[in-house]
Amino acid sequence: MRRTLPFALVTGVGFFMLVQYFIPKEEFEIAYEWILDWTIVIGCFAMLLGLWSLTRVNISKVQRKTPGWGYSLIAIAGLVFMLLVGFIPGQKSLERGSTFMLLFEYIYIPIQATMFSLLAFYIASAAYRAFRARTVLATILLLSAIVIMLRLVPLGPLSAVNQWLANFILTVPNMAAKRAFWIGVGLGVTATSLKILLGIERTYMGRD
Amino acid sequence: MNFYERMMNLDRRWIYLVIGLVVVITAIFPFDVPLYVTPEVRSIYDYIESLNPGDVLMIGVDYAPEVMAELHPMTYAISRQCFKKDVKLLLCCLHQNGPGMVEQVISQVSKEYNKVNGVDYVYLGYKPYPAITILAMGQNFRIPFPEDYYGKPLDSYPMMRGLTNFSNVKAIINISGGSGTEYWINYANGRYNAKLAIGVTGVMTSDYYPFLQSGQIFGLIGGMKGASEYEYLAEKAGYISKAKNQLSAYKTMPIQTTSHLVVIFFIVVGNIGFFMSKKKKSRI
Repeated sequence: MRRTLPFALVTGVGFFMLVQYFIPKEEFEIAYEWILDWTIVIGCFAMLLGLWSLTRVNISKVQRKTPGWGYSLIAIAGLVFMLLVGFIPGQKSLERGSTFMLLFEYIYIPIQATMFSLLAFYIASAAYRAFRARTVLATILLLSAIVIMLRLVPLGPLSAVNQWLANFILTVPNMAAKRAFWIGVGLGVTATSLKILLGIERTYMGRD
Repeated sequence: MNFYERMMNLDRRWIYLVIGLVVVITAIFPFDVPLYVTPEVRSIYDYIESLNPGDVLMIGVDYAPEVMAELHPMTYAISRQCFKKDVKLLLCCLHQNGPGMVEQVISQVSKEYNKVNGVDYVYLGYKPYPAITILAMGQNFRIPFPEDYYGKPLDSYPMMRGLTNFSNVKAIINISGGSGTEYWINYANGRYNAKLAIGVTGVMTSDYYPFLQSGQIFGLIGGMKGASEYEYLAEKAGYISKAKNQLSAYKTMPIQTTSHLVVIFFIVVGNIGFFMSKKKKSRI
């Protein structure tokens, strides 16, 4: 029963969603909206589960004093603090100017922006080490990268030529490769979905 | 280690130092970067230009503060253009760190143009699971968002009268720093045939050219360069102004330009070292 019921649910709802797409009838529309409501409700429970899991994992790390437990303590403290700040009475916490939004603007935004800005240094260092013209393919990659980077740089009369070249790289070889990639992804998703609907792929139920 | 080998194996701290210095110096002494406006950016700008007062445009803001340097200017410039033209805005957010981003933009821009919540714009708020939310919005905005971001029922707003789903908005502009864009393409455009354009980060840009050529999206703003192109067009038309400090991407373009030049310089140095030391070894 523990395996049959989830499998029946997945197959039934999955095939219904597949079929309803091709049948433009009002009854199917109503059923489709009803299922969408259900997915939102299930999604909310998944959020609660995530919150529970995050808290449990971090509390356990603090209790066992595993290496880096201090970070877990900060994570829990941050979670609880932001929750409390969000419920300060008399404040519309989601509106600009509230304590919650001030913390978001003056702590969270600078932290995230700083973390991402560090990438500039790492990318410069990685590009210096990785972009070596060791083979023909590596040379093509290197030259393409330079052309794409130079499209941001004013080169006087050469700018128009470089823009054309950059545009060509993006819209011809890049697009061909990306299209092949997306078609591969699409076929992979279709194959995996069919395997799930037909019960061949059951890892979503936990251990097989 | 000879000179050429040193060129090949520079200590990374030197690279960090040069990048840091170049960024700081350019920020202190900025210069104008000439811009070439790409057709994919112009098509979004021109489309909004063709809208009439009272039309509704939807903006899906799906990014976190980490990419705000690239994407925030797009949201600002598009919102300002719409409000200046009296085009109404319907905003939503499908990224967990995005609600604050939208609130920042809409609270500022609505004040600049004296626009009223519920009349000139509605901010739907945030919902998790982008695929489900987009599919539900395609049926009715009220399924995933019975209330707006501020907790008021959608039907209490005059702007929401007659606004049921994607078929009632002229177009959707998704500004995204992650995989959310694919959901908008697959479901909003693919399933509901919504007219869609996107604004994405620089590294994501190349991923979406196939969708541009296939017509699934009608425009693409890529990274800081795309944002500055948009700002350039909006400034030329008088929608935003340099004096009011409304050109954020355009202002940061010199920094991106010089730091790219530094990266190219280091790549060239590394390759000169590589070839010269190879030549020297072959002579021996």
